[in-house]
Amino acid sequence: MVVSRRTTLSLRLLALLYLTLLLLAPLVIVFWRTFEYGFATAWAFMTTPAAVSAFWLSVLIAAIAVPLNTIFGVGAALVLARSSAPRVGKGVLDALVDLPFIVSPVIAGLALLLVYGQGGWFGSVFLNNGIRIIYAVPGMVIATVFVSLPFVVREVTPVLREVGDEQEQAAATLGASSWQTFWRVTLPTIRWGVAYGVVLTTARALGEIGAVLVVSANVAGSTLTLPLLLYQRDEQIGSRVTTSVYALATELAVLSVAVLLLMTVFGSRREEAR
Amino acid sequence: MLYLSVIVVIPLAAVLVKAFSSGLGTLWSSIDNTLTLRALAITLGASLIVAAIGAVMGTLVAWVLVRDSFPGKRVVNSLIDLPFALPTIVAGLTLIALYGPDSPVGIHLAYTRGAVIVALLFVTLPFVARSVQPVLLELDREVEEAAASLGASNATTFRRIVLPALRPAIFSGAALAFARSVGEFGSLALIAGKVQIASIVIYADIENGSEQSAAALSVVLMVISLLVLFVIRRFGARVGR
Amino acid sequence: MRIKAEAISKRFGDFTALDDVSLEVPQGGLTALLGPSGSGKSTLLRIIAGLEEPDEGTVRIAGQDVTHARPQDRGIGFVFQHYAAFAHMSVFENVAFGLRIRKRKPAQTRARVEELLALVGLTQWAGQRPHQLSGGQRQRMALARALAVEPQVLLLDEPFGALDSGVRAELRRWLRRLHDEQGVTTVLVTHDQEEAMEVADTIAVMNRGTIEQVGAPRVVYDKPASPFVMGFLGPVSTIDGRLVRPHDVSLSLTDGPGLIEAMVKRVVHLGFEVRIELELTGGEPARAQLTRAQSEELELAPGDIVFVQPPARSVVSGDPAEAAAAAAGEDADAQPLNA
Repeated sequence: MVVSRRTTLSLRLLALLYLTLLLLAPLVIVFWRTFEYGFATAWAFMTTPAAVSAFWLSVLIAAIAVPLNTIFGVGAALVLARSSAPRVGKGVLDALVDLPFIVSPVIAGLALLLVYGQGGWFGSVFLNNGIRIIYAVPGMVIATVFVSLPFVVREVTPVLREVGDEQEQAAATLGASSWQTFWRVTLPTIRWGVAYGVVLTTARALGEIGAVLVVSANVAGSTLTLPLLLYQRDEQIGSRVTTSVYALATELAVLSVAVLLLMTVFGSRREEAR
Repeated sequence: MLYLSVIVVIPLAAVLVKAFSSGLGTLWSSIDNTLTLRALAITLGASLIVAAIGAVMGTLVAWVLVRDSFPGKRVVNSLIDLPFALPTIVAGLTLIALYGPDSPVGIHLAYTRGAVIVALLFVTLPFVARSVQPVLLELDREVEEAAASLGASNATTFRRIVLPALRPAIFSGAALAFARSVGEFGSLALIAGKVQIASIVIYADIENGSEQSAAALSVVLMVISLLVLFVIRRFGARVGR
Repeated sequence: MRIKAEAISKRFGDFTALDDVSLEVPQGGLTALLGPSGSGKSTLLRIIAGLEEPDEGTVRIAGQDVTHARPQDRGIGFVFQHYAAFAHMSVFENVAFGLRIRKRKPAQTRARVEELLALVGLTQWAGQRPHQLSGGQRQRMALARALAVEPQVLLLDEPFGALDSGVRAELRRWLRRLHDEQGVTTVLVTHDQEEAMEVADTIAVMNRGTIEQVGAPRVVYDKPASPFVMGFLGPVSTIDGRLVRPHDVSLSLTDGPGLIEAMVKRVVHLGFEVRIELELTGGEPARAQLTRAQSEELELAPGDIVFVQPPARSVVSGDPAEAAAAAAGEDADAQPLNA
């Protein structure tokens, strides 16, 4: 369609206006409110002992959840796209992987609570051995793993399907063992899909609030991630949001923008590889 | 598979069991009360509105990104993924910043249904846009040119040729947006206030120790989400992701 | 190294790809598996390679039973129709792959790779990625890659199928020369009968999961064992219920005992040959092929009546319809040699 210049401009304006009002303007306000009383004040709020330990806890949890889900993700993708398993089995795997996507995070939290908490199915097993899962960090790790599970699988599977297994067959005829084939041929082929999936997983892990809120003890300094700290500060303050909260929001937003940049870079590499 | 079971399957099964633990009658009554039903109605209503608006605006944004070109388009394209990268709770906060009580432009939406809808629109923005974009890119321009050569106006061509081709993708994106909205928590946690959203009701129930009613409502939400997912798989487009 | 496939059968669900097929490939020979799609030729090749397992039957390479051995353990080289190039590696690394897997010394590897790149004419492309090469170059790289580890047997699955006809013809000749130099036992799968005739020592003609005939190109062309083979190897006309090649059809302007009347529908000048499309009295079409000299002598034009000598006896016995069907499948690939 050859669209008139006037229509093109109006559509463009409408779209950009919508995006500005919905995405940009709110972010700008947050940044403004953060630094309203000067950089030093904002920085102080970002570097309180609680804030610092929350930051490191977020990073720790992500550092556990992301590699786990990456290994699982690549493995599951290989099963879905390469193995000769029965279609029903693959369908079940596919659906199960999608579950964390469709389930509300608080439901996920509840589910874990019911299984690993006191009075839960396995709860007593762990508690009797002195391991606290719910209301402690391990529970938060499991919750984070749950919600960030699907990303690597969903990014890598279509790549594997699209590329096809001819290169792998060729490697076999040339003498490569299964491991050699995976390491030298399959993995390099999917690397940008994996990278993109890892970035998405990390973003989700760092930003998780719903499930983690349910399974954490909400005790400052020990079991608060950044999003949880933000939530708590907001709750404590009441109806009007203050700088302390905005500061944390900015911190998280900056992390997100870094993630967004990586998404863009890896995303385009992934497209080029096609 | 073991990994999956431990993390996903067993816990979700537990929710199911808990919901039914006090018998079908109790399950029904936990759902069939004013509070819960209202929460469901508000949640579903808001999600539908969000899906509808999202479908329209998402398609518009996708159109502009694919068919138009202007300086900074690439930045805008990346920006669409922001809701994916930003923690939901920050999303909620940013929206209060602009539209809440402290709003510099004097709009006061917080703690109303409007706030909920705006927050959900933020969170679900990428779904429709990213679903429609690849289809729009693949569209054969020659078909539109043929329509024009046969005398069709732009509006007609769009209505009869382009839109039908985009429909499955728009539908998938909107359905995903709907499913996401139904379960959304983080962005609403700070701003919903008196508006009863299903996920917040579940949270409140857990905090109060009424795990059974939390489980009951959870099951309802899961069933809805599964239905939507099923519908998408059946009738929607093959989404690349 | 000799290849011996015996009594191979393979089914995919309800579909029988191969039905009790046996084939022997002599050492150092170049055998073509020729047939239409669905004939089972690729399946047979892949079974020899170990990329598929037969339901019944055995495969022996150099006397050893490899029926259930993995491709890695058979000492084969395989070239795929769509190259299967390692997209993320350079041309050099692609060719070096088999050597690296076997942990050869770097100096040795480098020498061998350079030798092969020179052989296939890709030396200055060593540092490029496959996507920067043309289709023909990619296939030459794939050949070099397969040859790098000195396989006992070289297997090619429609290697030129994805290339333009000009490139195809050139690479065909080049492959034959390469084979003459290197002497590796080779099996080539193709649906292109001209390719098979030009390149192979022996052709195995396949149809619907069985081998219809095995022989030298001349033999399968002149003495086809079935109507299918006759129709697949070249154009066929049915005159008086018997099958005959266009270039064996003799025309005359005068009537005579036993001659069949026909009308000239079209005279097609193909440069060096002339094709006469006829309609026989019964309404069936037929074709004759004449040299320029013959054609000028007769001075035929559309609408003329000529008289056709029916073949004394059929080259092959059997159902003419089958030959026509096989020929129809081939016509789609207009080969000037047999027009």
